[in-house]
Amino acid sequence: MKPPLTTREERLAFFQQWFSDTIPHSRALGIRIVDARRGFAAMRLEWRPDLVGNPETGVLAGGPLTALLDGCCGMAVATMLKEPKPFATLDLRIDYVKPATPGQAVIAEAECYRVTHSVAFTRAFAHHGDAKDPIAAAAGTFMLGTKGEVIRPQTVGAEAKL
Amino acid sequence: MSTLLERLAEVRKSGEVGRLAEAIPYARWMRIAPENGTGELLTRMRYHDDLIGNTFLPAIHGGTLGAMLEMTAIFHLLWETETETVPKIVNITVDYLRSARPADVIASAKVTKQGRRMVNVFAEAWQDDRSKPVATANAHFLVISPEDAPPSL
Repeated sequence: MKPPLTTREERLAFFQQWFSDTIPHSRALGIRIVDARRGFAAMRLEWRPDLVGNPETGVLAGGPLTALLDGCCGMAVATMLKEPKPFATLDLRIDYVKPATPGQAVIAEAECYRVTHSVAFTRAFAHHGDAKDPIAAAAGTFMLGTKGEVIRPQTVGAEAKL
Repeated sequence: MSTLLERLAEVRKSGEVGRLAEAIPYARWMRIAPENGTGELLTRMRYHDDLIGNTFLPAIHGGTLGAMLEMTAIFHLLWETETETVPKIVNITVDYLRSARPADVIASAKVTKQGRRMVNVFAEAWQDDRSKPVATANAHFLVISPEDAPPSL
């Protein structure tokens, strides 16, 4: 058994390695873990020219935000699971409340506020640093105990003893 | 006039609908492009390893399916409706029905309701069997031109 993670830096390095780096699409987007605790996850996506939806304005496409919010909600679910089990997104709603500012990184913050035997409920916001001024709002539900084996990112809650 | 609308005008003349994607950097990066080889406008996301979300199954990341359904709706609105503006997404709800294996994903869209300012679009994505969709989505888009919009927009 590994010793419990004591410092915040140790925790974040662990989450980065176990969550973002083992999910190829998250790695391809360059998503970094900013924070994680029980029921909560925060991630950061840097602005990049190849993720732009409208070359006229430089505004990010909706797609990278969808992947960021989906991943962040999923990680919030993983932090709640003391006994790791495989899970998958059941549905995800995203409201695009304001265009992202070109050149600026996007922060996503997700909360998993309820876990039942079969379903986990999450909500999330994406913003540029001020959570009160969101770019997007999301609500995601996840089906727990889906087919397949538990993958490493799904065990972060249990491994980090959150 | 935006690059995308200029590209749309070119594509309408040449019929090479796939070139619409060239005007969108994210669509190029994701290898998402429309095609109309069968006479029906479909959007394809070509498989590449960066799309994977679950390495064990393995399965394509749910976020990429949401993203391609959104692009499918946008290509559909550009190509099939006489829009004079680039549709602006308001919201999208994606239902995940099956895990998507590491292979191309194809999607179609249809307009459920066309309003003067707002359009409701349904889109669905599948792999080999169209009757077994991997994900579906409903989305709203604003199709109002900037000059018609109130100053707050």
